[in-house]
Amino acid sequence: MDPHVSSQSISETSAPATLPAAPLLTAAWAVFRKDLRSELRTRYALNAILLFAVSTVVAISLGMGPLTVSRNADLPLIQAALLWVAILFAAFTGLSRAFVQEEEARTAAALRLSARPTAIFLGKLLFNLALLLILVGLTTVLFIVMLRVQVGNPGLLAALLLAGSMGLVAATTLVAAIIARASVKGALFAVLSFPLLVPLLTAAIQGSANALVGRGWESSIGSLQVLAGYTIALFTASLFLFNMVWES
Amino acid sequence: MTNVTDYLCLTVSNVAIEYGTRRVLAGISFQVRAGETLVVAGANGSGKSSLLRVICGLQRPTRGEVTIEVGNALLRPVDALPLLGWVAPDLQLYRELTALENLAFFAAVRGIRCTRADLEALLAEVGLDGRGDDLLAAYSSGMTQRLRYAYALLHRPRILALDEPTVTFDTRGVALVEQVVAQQRQHGITIIATNDPREERFGDYILRLGR
Repeated sequence: MDPHVSSQSISETSAPATLPAAPLLTAAWAVFRKDLRSELRTRYALNAILLFAVSTVVAISLGMGPLTVSRNADLPLIQAALLWVAILFAAFTGLSRAFVQEEEARTAAALRLSARPTAIFLGKLLFNLALLLILVGLTTVLFIVMLRVQVGNPGLLAALLLAGSMGLVAATTLVAAIIARASVKGALFAVLSFPLLVPLLTAAIQGSANALVGRGWESSIGSLQVLAGYTIALFTASLFLFNMVWES
Repeated sequence: MTNVTDYLCLTVSNVAIEYGTRRVLAGISFQVRAGETLVVAGANGSGKSSLLRVICGLQRPTRGEVTIEVGNALLRPVDALPLLGWVAPDLQLYRELTALENLAFFAAVRGIRCTRADLEALLAEVGLDGRGDDLLAAYSSGMTQRLRYAYALLHRPRILALDEPTVTFDTRGVALVEQVVAQQRQHGITIIATNDPREERFGDYILRLGR
């Protein structure tokens, strides 16, 4: 079967006009605003991560009670590890939503035809960062209140949470795009993300433990450098790889 | 930037589409130029919709290629998105947003500066005047199809791919399609995929698949 349709030329009489291309950041901001508006109306990801964060912290608090130094010398390290595990698992439940929703609602084709891949990636990344910062803020406050955690250096803890969140989002946004069309999205998202996140978690937990103890900024410069380097490396790699993932 | 008066030619070269071991298309070739309308006809499963998705860059062919020559440039579909418009049953917009919010979003990501009045005028053009603030979730299938036309025409594409263009439409909807195809003749290419013999009248040429 090899049909061939011949064609003929005609004169074109359209009015002169040019086809525009959106500036990258304007398009990315539009994607972010659209996702935010959709999320505020459906609250799917927000409800999922908040429910998970609250239930995790409550379960830890009920199971362990307020931890005191007299009960365990490694208390700050344990508290930091628990905090980051709670953040990580809550993030797994919601951060893939930005891409999964596009595929499940079958809106991805409309988006593909309209926006440059880089703009889509940046918009989704920004949305995931906003979502994660809400999650991290809530989880941390609940954690401090319910487990009666003493924070010796709140500024350092905030910096580590921010740097860790940026790294977490840089790594998982690309993975979310990869798994969006898979049949077992949830499991695949965690399986693919976790190995990528090990260096980030190690640095974030160590640094957060220092912040809880009340050590100075110099104690966690190494952790902050690892988190910054990790974020830059993953962000750059994701930016280059996203076109291929999105168009495949 | 591409001017709408530039020379325009869509070339499909030996495009084959296979799903696993099932061959849907085996080496389709054709050319269409500005001002022409091609109807791709065939039964269900003959590959019409897949061919349109390949032309729009939404799917990669198993073999062959699609190129778009515009002015002096030769582009792949994925590099020519500002030139392409697509209406299909597969095309879904955001149900949790209103029609105007959908159009404003797609205008923003395409870099089109437009006012609410511009978007309302576009909605009126496709027969949705006064319904711009309704959520898509509240739209009927016919209204959704009309909004697909508004989405596709938002950037005045030079190549318009219409898959089952009159599906779910009443007689006024069919008149809308006739009007869109007539307007598209003025500046671009229209490709229509259909299994409805009544829609073959839209075409200058008919490509029959599946036999």
